[in-house]
Amino acid sequence: MTVALTGITKTFGSVRANDGVDLVVGDGELLGVLGENGAGKSTLMKILSGFQPADSGRVSIDGHQISLASPADAVAAGIGMLHQDPLVFLPMTVLDNYVLANPAQGDRRRGRHELAAAAGRFGFGLDLDTPVRRLSIGERQQLEILRLISLGVRVLILDEPTTAISVTQRAVLFAALRTLATDGTGVVFVSHKLEEVEELCTRVVVMRAGRVVGERAVPCSHDELVELMFGRRVDPEQRPPSLVGETRVRLEAVSVTDPLVPLHPVDLEIGAGEVVGIAGLEGSGQRQLLRACAGLTPFASGRFTLDGTDLTALPYRDRLTLGIRFLTAARIEEGLVEGLTVTEHVALVDDSGGGFVDWDEAERRADNRIERFSIRGMAGSTAESLSGGNQQRLLFALLPDRLSMLLMEHPTRGLDLESARWVWATLLERRGDGTAILFSSSDLDELLIHADRIAVFYAGEVVDVVEARLIGADRLGRLIAGAGRAAG
Amino acid sequence: MPPAERTRLHRTALLVLPALAALGVGILLLLAAGVPPFEALWRLYEGAFGDGGDVANTLMAWVPLVLAAAGLCVTFAAGAWNIGIDGQITFGAISAAAAARLVPGSTAVVVPAVVLAGLAGGALWGLAAGVLRTHGGVNEIFGGLGLDFVARGLAIYLIIGPWQREGVASTGGTDLFRREAWLPTVGSTNLSILALVLAIAALAGTVVLLRGTRFGLELKAIGKGPASAILLGVDATRRMLWSFLICGGLAGVAGAVQAIGFHHKLVPAVSGGYGFLALLVVLLVGFRQAWIAPVALFFAAILSGSTQLQLRLDIDSSLGGVLQGVLVLLVLLARGWQLRRDRSTVAVVGSPTGEAV
Amino acid sequence: MEAILTSIIAAATPLVFASIGETITERSGVINLSLEGSMMLAALAGFAAGYHSGVWWVGFLAAAAVGAAVAALVAGSSIALRINQVAVGFVLALLCVDLSSFLGVAYVRQRGVSVPHQPIPGLSEIPWLGQILFSHDLVVYAGLALIVASTWWMFRTGSGLILRGIGERPAAAHARAVPVNRLRYRYAAIGGALVGIGGAAFSLDVKLGWSFRHTAGFGWIVLAIVIFGGWHPVRAAFGAYLFGALQVVALKLQPVFPGLSQILPLLPFPLMIFTLVLVNRSWLRNLADRVPALRGLLSTDTPAALGRPFQP
Repeated sequence: MTVALTGITKTFGSVRANDGVDLVVGDGELLGVLGENGAGKSTLMKILSGFQPADSGRVSIDGHQISLASPADAVAAGIGMLHQDPLVFLPMTVLDNYVLANPAQGDRRRGRHELAAAAGRFGFGLDLDTPVRRLSIGERQQLEILRLISLGVRVLILDEPTTAISVTQRAVLFAALRTLATDGTGVVFVSHKLEEVEELCTRVVVMRAGRVVGERAVPCSHDELVELMFGRRVDPEQRPPSLVGETRVRLEAVSVTDPLVPLHPVDLEIGAGEVVGIAGLEGSGQRQLLRACAGLTPFASGRFTLDGTDLTALPYRDRLTLGIRFLTAARIEEGLVEGLTVTEHVALVDDSGGGFVDWDEAERRADNRIERFSIRGMAGSTAESLSGGNQQRLLFALLPDRLSMLLMEHPTRGLDLESARWVWATLLERRGDGTAILFSSSDLDELLIHADRIAVFYAGEVVDVVEARLIGADRLGRLIAGAGRAAG
Repeated sequence: MPPAERTRLHRTALLVLPALAALGVGILLLLAAGVPPFEALWRLYEGAFGDGGDVANTLMAWVPLVLAAAGLCVTFAAGAWNIGIDGQITFGAISAAAAARLVPGSTAVVVPAVVLAGLAGGALWGLAAGVLRTHGGVNEIFGGLGLDFVARGLAIYLIIGPWQREGVASTGGTDLFRREAWLPTVGSTNLSILALVLAIAALAGTVVLLRGTRFGLELKAIGKGPASAILLGVDATRRMLWSFLICGGLAGVAGAVQAIGFHHKLVPAVSGGYGFLALLVVLLVGFRQAWIAPVALFFAAILSGSTQLQLRLDIDSSLGGVLQGVLVLLVLLARGWQLRRDRSTVAVVGSPTGEAV
Repeated sequence: MEAILTSIIAAATPLVFASIGETITERSGVINLSLEGSMMLAALAGFAAGYHSGVWWVGFLAAAAVGAAVAALVAGSSIALRINQVAVGFVLALLCVDLSSFLGVAYVRQRGVSVPHQPIPGLSEIPWLGQILFSHDLVVYAGLALIVASTWWMFRTGSGLILRGIGERPAAAHARAVPVNRLRYRYAAIGGALVGIGGAAFSLDVKLGWSFRHTAGFGWIVLAIVIFGGWHPVRAAFGAYLFGALQVVALKLQPVFPGLSQILPLLPFPLMIFTLVLVNRSWLRNLADRVPALRGLLSTDTPAALGRPFQP
C-alpha cells in the first residue's frame, strides 16, 4: 500500500504550517520526517491521520484519493497515528484499553490471548491487568501500537515518540518498528532528533518552515541533514562583548522532577543586564527550568539565589514582589485573562494600593501604555481580540518598570517580524536596568543575535554553555540536535 | 436593518418571547386544571399587590431573594456554582435563632445582634463549602448540596432536641421568639424597613464590590482565566474563599430575616427555598446585576401571589413555581439556541465563565 | 429481624432503580441534576397512568417515559444547545417538583393501582432467606435482577466498556470511531427511564398513592448515593440498601428518639462529602491500583469527563 500526500497546505491565522507539501510512503518503508519545531511536521501528520482537515491538497492510497474527516476514517483506510502521549483511558486496564470499541476483538478472552501474543512478539513486557495510568509513557505507546496493528493499520505514524521514554524502551520500540517494516507496514517516524532518524530510517524527508526542503536516503551525510534542518545561516558579525554587571542570579545544581522530562542538575550564572538564551529541541528541559525559576514548580535539589538571597523555596507570589517575572509561551492560557479588557489588565497588575479601582485613571494608564508600547488596540479591547503580536506587547506593558529577573518562554514565537524586533528593542532597554534575562527559544537567529550566552539543553541536561558571539550557527545547530552527546 | 439594532431586537426578543411562552404554558395548565385562566392571573396579581398587606408580603419575599441573588453574583464572578446557598441561609437562620434566644435586651439591641449572628453563621457555612473546594478538591455543587442537607438536619435536631417546645417536641418548630426579638414592622403589615434597607444595601454593595474594587476585578480574573490570574499575581485561593464568605454572609442575613421577620421561630424549612429560587433569578438575568431587583420582584410577586391564589381560588400554590421554572427554562433554551447558531464564541449558557461543570 | 430485612429490601427498591440509572447516565459523562424533580414527576405520571388504565405496569411505562424525556432534555440542551448541564438540570429539578404538585392535586389521597404481591413459589419457602428475598413483588425482583444485570453489562460487555470510555475520555473514544454524543443521548435516556421507574416504584409500590411532594428529598439522595457508590452499580445499590436501613432503623427508634427519622435519612450527604474528599487522595488510588482485589471496592474514580460537553 502506498500513501501519497500531494500539495498539502494548511494555514493557521497568518502562519502557513504546511505549504504545498508532497510526501510518499510505501510498504515496509521506514521513513523519517525530520525538522525543527514549527517546521510543520505535526500538522502534516495530523492531516494524514484524520485529526485535522487540510485547506487544500489531497491524500491518496494506491493512487485513489481518499477523504479523511475523522481519525476513524484514517484508521479504516489503514493509517494510524501514535501520539507522543497516547489517547488512552487512564483508569482502565491495559486489556480494556486494547479491547474498547475494537471490532477485531469479539470477546475479551480472545482479545487477551491476541494481545499477549502480540506483546510477546514485539518484546513488549505489558501486564494486561494494570491500570494504564500506572504505565510509563513508553509502555502506553507500546499498547497503542499493538492496538493500531490489530485494527489492520498498514501505515503507522509516530509523532515524536521518543520524547519521554527511556533508552531501553527506545531500543524496544525501534526493534518493534523494524519488525513491523519487515511485515510490510509502512512506518513514518516524525522527529527532530537527527541521530534517531539516522539510526532507524531508510529514507529521510526534511521539512523547514512548512515546506519539504530535501529528501535523502539513509545513511547520508550528517552535516547535510543539519544544514537542511536549520538552513544555511549567515554567522552574525563579530560583535564586541556586551557590558555585563555582577552576577545576580546563581543556579547551583538545580534539578526538577517532572513526569515527562526531568531536569538533571544545572549550574548557571546570570549577570546584571545579561541575556542568556536557552536553546534546545522541544521538551529538553527548558520549560522545566523556567517554571522552577519562576516558582510555579519546586526545585528538587540545588540552590537558586538572587543578589545573594536564597530563593529556592520561595513561593511564586513572593518572587513577584522581588521583581521576578515570567512570560509563558501560551499568551492566553497562561498570560492574559480572556474576556478582560486592556484597562482591566492594567488595573489588575497595578499595586498602588487602595481597595477601589479608579477606572478613569486606569483607562488613562491603559491609553498611556498602549501608546508607549505601540499596542494596536483600544483600552476597551479584550485580550483575545488582540493579535498575537499585540498580546505580547500588552504582556510587556503589564510588567513593572524595574525587574530583577525576567524569564521568558519563546518571546517571539508566532510574531511578525516587526513585533519581534520591537520585543528585542524593549528587552535591550531592560538590560540597561540591570535585569537578568533568561529566555528559551527555538529560533537560532534570535539566540545568536540577542543572547550573550547560550545554554544548550538536550534530554534534560545542559550540554554546553557557549558565548553567542563566538559560536557559529552550524555548530549551534549540531549541539541542539544532540551531536556530541553519546546516544543515551 | 443596521446590525446594532438587529442585535438589540434579538436580545429583546430573547426575553419577551420566552416570557410570552411561559405565560402561554401557564394558561394551558390552568385550563387543564379547569380554572378560568385570566381570572386566576388577575387573582395572582391581586394577591401580590392587592392591598398594603399584600404588597408588604411581596416585598418581604423580595428581601431574602435579593440578598441571596446578590451574594450569588459574587461567587459566580469567581466561577463557582454555589448551590450550597440554601444551606447558608438555613445556617444563618440557626445562628440568628440562637442569638434571638440568648441575647437579652430591647429590640434595638437584640435585632442587630441577631442580624450579625445570621451574617456570621451564613458566612461560616459558605466558607465550609469554599474550603471543601479549595482544599478538599470537592466540587462546590456536591459539597454545597451536602452542606444544604447537613444544615437542614442541624435545624431539625435543634428543633426536636435542645430547643424543643415546652412539653411537646414538635417538628413544627421551636417556641416563638420573645417579642423583642421580632423584626420591627410597619403598622399591621409584615413589612420591615430594616429588611428592605439590608436588601438594597446588599445589592448596591455587591455592585460596587464587583465593579469598583480590586477584589471584584480579581474575582473576575479568577473566573475567566484562573491560570493567567495566578500568574498575574492574584491570590486565587484566598479570593475564592472570600467570595464564598461574602455570599454566605448575605445568605445568612436572609436567613436572619426569615427567622425573625417571617417565622419568628426556627422551623425545619426556614430557608423557604429562597436560595434555590435566587439561583433561578441569577440564571434568568444572565448574571447581569442590574436586572436582579426587578426580576426578583417579579418572582417575589409570583411567590406571594400564588399563596393567595391557593387561599382564594383553591389553586395549588405550586403554580407559581411552575411559572417561574418554565420561564427560566425557556429563556435558557432560547439563549442556547441563539448560541448554537453563533459559532464564533466558546460561551456556554448558564455558565458565567464559559466553562461546564 | 427477618421482617426488618424484608422491609429494607422492599423500601430500598425505588432507590436501587434510580441510583443505578443515574450511575449509567453519569458514567456516560452526563450529569442529570434534575432527579429530585424528574423522579417526583415520574411518580405522579406512574400513579396517574395506573389510575386511569387500571393496569400497574402501564404506570411504570409512563413513568419511564417521563424520566427518559427529562434526562434527554438535560443531555440535549448541553450537547445541542451549549447550555450548562448543571443549570438546566437544576431548573428542571425545581420545575418538575412544582409541576408534579400542581398536576397532582386531583390525585391526592386517591386509591390507585398497586403492584401485586408475588412470592416466588418454592423459593419463598426457604427459611429466612425465602422471606427476605423471595416474598416480594415483581418490581422488587426486577430491582435485584437489575443490580446483577447492570453490573455484568457495565463491566463484562463491550458496550459497557464503551459506556465507561465515553465518560472517561471522549476524545479517545472518538478516535476509535465511537459516536460519543449519540451514545450520551442514549444512556442519559436509559438512565432517566430507570430513574422514572424508581419514581413509580414509590407511588405504585413502596409508598402507595400520591401526596404533596410525595418523593421529597429522594432525588437529591440518589445523587449522593451515586457518588458514594463510586459510580458502580453494586456499590450504589449497597448505598440504597444502607439508606433504606437507616430509614427503617429511624422509624423503629422513633418512640425512643423522636425526630431521628428526620435526621438519619440525611446521613448520605455527609457520606457523599466524605467520599468526594477521599477521591482526591492519591494514596487511596495508589492502594487500589496495587491491589486488584480491592480495586472494585475502593475505586472512587469520577468519570473524568463528567459534565463536560464533547465537541468532536
